[in-house]
Formats: sequence, structure tokens, C-alpha cells
Amino acid sequence: MRKTTPSQDFIRGIWNENPVLIQMLGLCPALAVTNTVKNALAMSAATFFVICCSSVLISAFKRFIPSEVRISAYILVIATFVTLADMLLQAYAPVQHKDLGAFIALIVVNCMILGRQEAFSAKNNVYRSLLDAIGTGIGFTIALVMMGGFREILGTGSFLEISLFGPSFEPWVIMVLPAGGFLTLGFILLAMGYIEQRKKARPAGDKPETVEASS
Amino acid sequence: MSEDIKVQDTDTTTPVAQEIPAEKSVSSFRLIATLAVAGALAGLLIVLVNQHTKPLIDKYKAEQLQKAVYEVLPGTEEYDTYYLVDSSLSLTLPAGAKESEYKRIYVGYNAEKKLNGVAMSRGESGFQDVIMIIFGVDPNTGKLKGMKVLDSKETPGLGDKIFKDMAFVNQFFAGPATPLIPVKPGTGKGKPGEIDTITGATISSKKLVEIINHALEEWKPILDLGIPQSPAGTANEEPVKKETQQ
Repeated sequence: MRKTTPSQDFIRGIWNENPVLIQMLGLCPALAVTNTVKNALAMSAATFFVICCSSVLISAFKRFIPSEVRISAYILVIATFVTLADMLLQAYAPVQHKDLGAFIALIVVNCMILGRQEAFSAKNNVYRSLLDAIGTGIGFTIALVMMGGFREILGTGSFLEISLFGPSFEPWVIMVLPAGGFLTLGFILLAMGYIEQRKKARPAGDKPETVEASS
Repeated sequence: MSEDIKVQDTDTTTPVAQEIPAEKSVSSFRLIATLAVAGALAGLLIVLVNQHTKPLIDKYKAEQLQKAVYEVLPGTEEYDTYYLVDSSLSLTLPAGAKESEYKRIYVGYNAEKKLNGVAMSRGESGFQDVIMIIFGVDPNTGKLKGMKVLDSKETPGLGDKIFKDMAFVNQFFAGPATPLIPVKPGTGKGKPGEIDTITGATISSKKLVEIINHALEEWKPILDLGIPQSPAGTANEEPVKKETQQ
């Protein structure tokens, strides 16, 4: 049905179609809860759990879901797993749950998850869908941890709450505030765009103009 | 043949009649049935997990509160929870009453089973969201014994100094007289009860002081009626809310 190999399904979400950095999906949590690496990790873990469970379930039961109500059915499945993740986090990681606050419940409306169900799980078998979900989840984790690391190091001078620079470091408070999230995302996207541009320019080496522009 | 279809068209409620056109468009019954079944399963799953996690969550919350009471009343060995029932203090609630609907104080006792202080919690809107605190006070001298922020969503890096800036927090443990007076750092005149606010977190830190003052104002008439000077365990046969430090 699809011309991709399982490994391509897996890799796609991590790099080529990274949900946050390339597709620009799921930006709300990426901006909101990445002020520390710990929060970014907890958010990623919850999202990872939700996307994997939903993808498996939806690809397994896709034959029974009439296409007229598929979006409602997807949302129902996703919302169920989000509620479960919410309760489990509250029971087993109450500190992280407190820090993430309302953003756990908002995983439901993370269009990255719904997007994967509609675009992939609804058309592929369980194995492929799980690979795709894991890949997307890892891609999301990488993006969030990258932002969280950047913001925590500059904003509080620590990484995973381990102080890096000693007491003489004056933290850039702006980086842990919402504005810092936008700045960080902007710089990361700038870097990604630059890398992409360089990549595109390389195979087109026979055109002298592009080579000059990129070098 | 055509008659058959006509009959089916009129009889839309039974799912059997819809099996033939189901290939093209699905009957609304099936749509509803699918979502209903999925919803029921989802509900079942959530209830099961909730039953498992609820006790854990409640236990954690109770533990946090218990810890906080000992923290804001240094020297406390055990405490009793008193509920405000009909404007007097009561150890037990009226039958069938919901615990969460009643205001309460925590009366702490020291190792000699003497009154050590009273802890109370209160929440008021801060800069971002409700700041929930618990604090301990000595009802005899009116001096504060300690304070802890239970819940706050104040701006990270600025407002969150109300619980991260230890110099600020320690002021509440140094026994300031109440009502507290918030002052700008460095402008205090050495009066008892002055609390230096935090530069960059003026609203949050002032609010915190106000919450304590408001709570004391509200509870003062009740505290003035008298607080049990020793733990309720010995006299009361059923010490429902008696908790000892583990």
C-alpha cells in the first residue's frame, strides 16, 4: 500500500518530518512547558504514551470505525489515554504533574497526535503505525528536550537542575518566560533551515550560482 | 426489487434494514453505536484506572499536608484537625457532611503534649493564579511560627521567589508579630511584624503577607474562644483525625 520501508516509517518522525521542527505541529506544549529539561521530559513521556497507545488502538480497530465519525472516534481514543496519563502522572510523579498543570489535559488537542492517526494509523497496520508513533514521539522528545535544555541553561544556569556555571552566573530570566520559548524556537528553526539549505545546495553542485550562495 | 428498497427507506431505525445501503453510506445507527461502544469502553477504562490511582493521589496529598503542618509549626509532635462547624471548633463532622466543605485548622502539640501552635491554610489570587499557603501561628503571642507555599503558578524566575528565595521565606520562621506589615526591602523601621518584600516579585510577596493577615482576621474570633490545650486523644474515645508524626 505504501512505498516506505518500516525503517523509513520510524525515521521519518524523528528527522525528515519532525513534528515540531518541520511540520510545526504541537507547538503549544513545545513553547509552554519547556522552561526546564525535566518538564520537557515529563511532557514528552506523557505525549509518547498517548501517541503510541492511540496509534496501536486506532490502526487495530480502523475497520470498525466508519469514516463519517472517524475524527470523533480518534479524539475519543486520544482523550481517554490523556486522562489515563493524567491520573497516572498524578499518582506516580506528582511533582511533575504539578509543574505541567493544565498542559497534560491539553495533549488531547495536540494536532500532532490527531494528525498521525488521520494520516498514518488509519491506513496502515498495527506494526507500521507503532513504528510511526514511536518515531514521531522520539522526534517530539528531541525537539522539546532541545528547547528545554537551551532555555534552562541560559535561563537558570543549570541542566536537569544541576548548576553549571556557579553562583556568579546571572540567569537570563527572559529565557524561562514565555518570550524565551518563542526566541528559542525561532533560533532552532533558523538553524534547521540553514542545515536544510546547505543540504539542498550540495547535490545541485553543477549549478555554480547555488554553490557560491551556500559557501 | 424496487418495493424492497422503498420499505427499507421508510424503516430507518432498524439496523438490519440498513445493511444493503451500508456499502455506500453508513447508517446513523451504526455511527451512534460505534461511538457509544467506544465511549463506554473508554469510560470503563478510566474508571478502572481512577480506582487504582485515586487512593495514591489522596495519600500523597494528605502526606504533603501533614508534612507541611509539621514544617510550619516547628517542634510539633502531633496535631489534631479541627473543623469549623456552626462557628465553633469540632473534631468530628456532622453525619453525612463532606469534609471538603468545612474550613479547618490544625492544632499542633509539642512533645510534652502542650499547645505548640495553630496551622491554617488559605488561598487567594496572586499575580497569575491562586497562591495556596499554609502557615503556623502561636495563638497566645500572635507570633508567626512558619509559612509554606503549597501551590502557586507565579511567574518562574520572578514571582516564584516567594518560595524559592530563602531569605524571604525565613522571615516567616523568625517569629514576626502579626498582623504583618509588608515593607520595601531596606526601608523597614525595625517594627515587629515587618516583612521585606521581594524586588521583582512585589505583587506576589505582598499578596502572601496579605493572605496571612486575612486568614488571621477571619479566624481571630474563633481562636479567641479558646483552643484545646492538649491533644484530643486521651479524652476522646474516637480520635478520628488524630495523626502522629511517623
